[in-house]
Amino acid sequence: MNTDHILKAFDADLEKIQALLLRMGGLVEKALQDAMTALDKGDLDLAAKVIADDKAIDALEERIRQDVERVIALRAPTASDLRTVLSVLTMASTLERCGDYARNVAKRIHVLEEFRYASSLNSTVKRMAGTVASMLADALDSYVSGDVAKAQEVIAQDLEVDQLYNSMFRELLTHMMEDPRTIAPAMHLHFIAKNIERVGDHATNLSEQAIYLVTGTLPSDDRPKQDVTSVNLSGLRDDLRDG
Amino acid sequence: MTLDTITNAPTTDAKINATNVNVFYDETQALHDVSVAIPDRMVTAFIGPSGCGKSTFLRCINRMNDTIPICRVSGDITLDGQDIYAPHVDPVQLRAQVGMVFQKPNPFPKSIYDNVAYGPKIHGMAQNRQELDDIVEQALQRAALWDEVKDRLHTSGTGLSGGQQQRLCIARAIATRPETLLMDEPCSALDPIATAQIEELIQDLSSRFSVIIVTHSMQQAARVSQRTAFFHLGHLVEFGKTDDIFTRPSDDRTEAYITGRIG
Repeated sequence: MNTDHILKAFDADLEKIQALLLRMGGLVEKALQDAMTALDKGDLDLAAKVIADDKAIDALEERIRQDVERVIALRAPTASDLRTVLSVLTMASTLERCGDYARNVAKRIHVLEEFRYASSLNSTVKRMAGTVASMLADALDSYVSGDVAKAQEVIAQDLEVDQLYNSMFRELLTHMMEDPRTIAPAMHLHFIAKNIERVGDHATNLSEQAIYLVTGTLPSDDRPKQDVTSVNLSGLRDDLRDG
Repeated sequence: MTLDTITNAPTTDAKINATNVNVFYDETQALHDVSVAIPDRMVTAFIGPSGCGKSTFLRCINRMNDTIPICRVSGDITLDGQDIYAPHVDPVQLRAQVGMVFQKPNPFPKSIYDNVAYGPKIHGMAQNRQELDDIVEQALQRAALWDEVKDRLHTSGTGLSGGQQQRLCIARAIATRPETLLMDEPCSALDPIATAQIEELIQDLSSRFSVIIVTHSMQQAARVSQRTAFFHLGHLVEFGKTDDIFTRPSDDRTEAYITGRIG
């Protein structure tokens, strides 16, 4: 709906909460990017900055929540206006979570110094992070432009992230079984991978909100899921024994 | 008619079926081909900007437009399957079946008792004083006014507060035991507390009557109705479940109106 409200202040309110959301999205994209740079370069200062900057993301979420509360109380939004405020509220909470994942990645970087030899693992994490970062950006773009097709592409991309995560999970298990000294760093690297994989899930949630805003209904949750790490452990054990 | 039935086409279980209703005031066409099936025992809200035809359509349902010489109505309106514009239908009798409450409370300058007893008396609904007393008490009870006025039934109705006067008018309208109640902006002259009381009463009445309310307050339509009809420029643009109209209207004009983009 392009037409302005008769009450101009209502338009201003809606524009403001959406602008805050996009600012929050920008901060989360940057946090994820910085966390990956810090991981790649072993830059502990940058990691500390990611951790500290997460407070700004949390503060924005709280501000959005308050503004949305005010819009609902004062403007009684309906139809597409109601979907706008509800989607902003949901997306702010989702982005806040993504910020936490970036912070968690940053927190674990200092213990990975001794785990440099597994370069294939690092490149898998990087690929995952690259995919997830573009999913996040595309999800926010699809929201701004009301582009349902783009939002659906983001949801489809999550499959790739899940597959990368699965292969990484297997590889980490192999390392840990072969050399128990790698268990501690491998566990941390696994948590990093898991955090990134979760950002991918949340990017699909953001895309779902973009679709909801345009169509009025959330897409069904029957997309293919590929995180099978909970079932393939026994298979891996057999592989190792036979091999 | 179940909660899920939404139709503009006539249905056998609808309370009121309107088919291709056109209304003219002289040469000016106020309503264009309005068709809708109003369900029984539910609240239906008519919304739309001023001059959209919602009150005109409401007034067709109890033939109030008959009193306007330049007004011409075509099309069919049936109440329980009976054509209300058929030559043998007595509009006075029809209005006993289809009660009406207006924007401004308009009690007769008579006692509270006489206000409510007036309709039942002229329609010969009571054989004796006791029966009339019972009808009056029941109507005042249903209008949620009895407890406030039972000790002063013979004082003037015009001495009540605005909200009480409006409930008195509702009691007067339901005293003739109508099956349909038309309300033309019944709360626009009332404060929020009196409005809430009337809205509560509307909910209550809908278990017994088909209630149609014309309102300028979209929030009121959202609060009290199960069905909403949106009128614009003399057309019935959209008729649907109130839940859907206020969350996912299917017509852009409905969306623009309920979100405050056209007036």
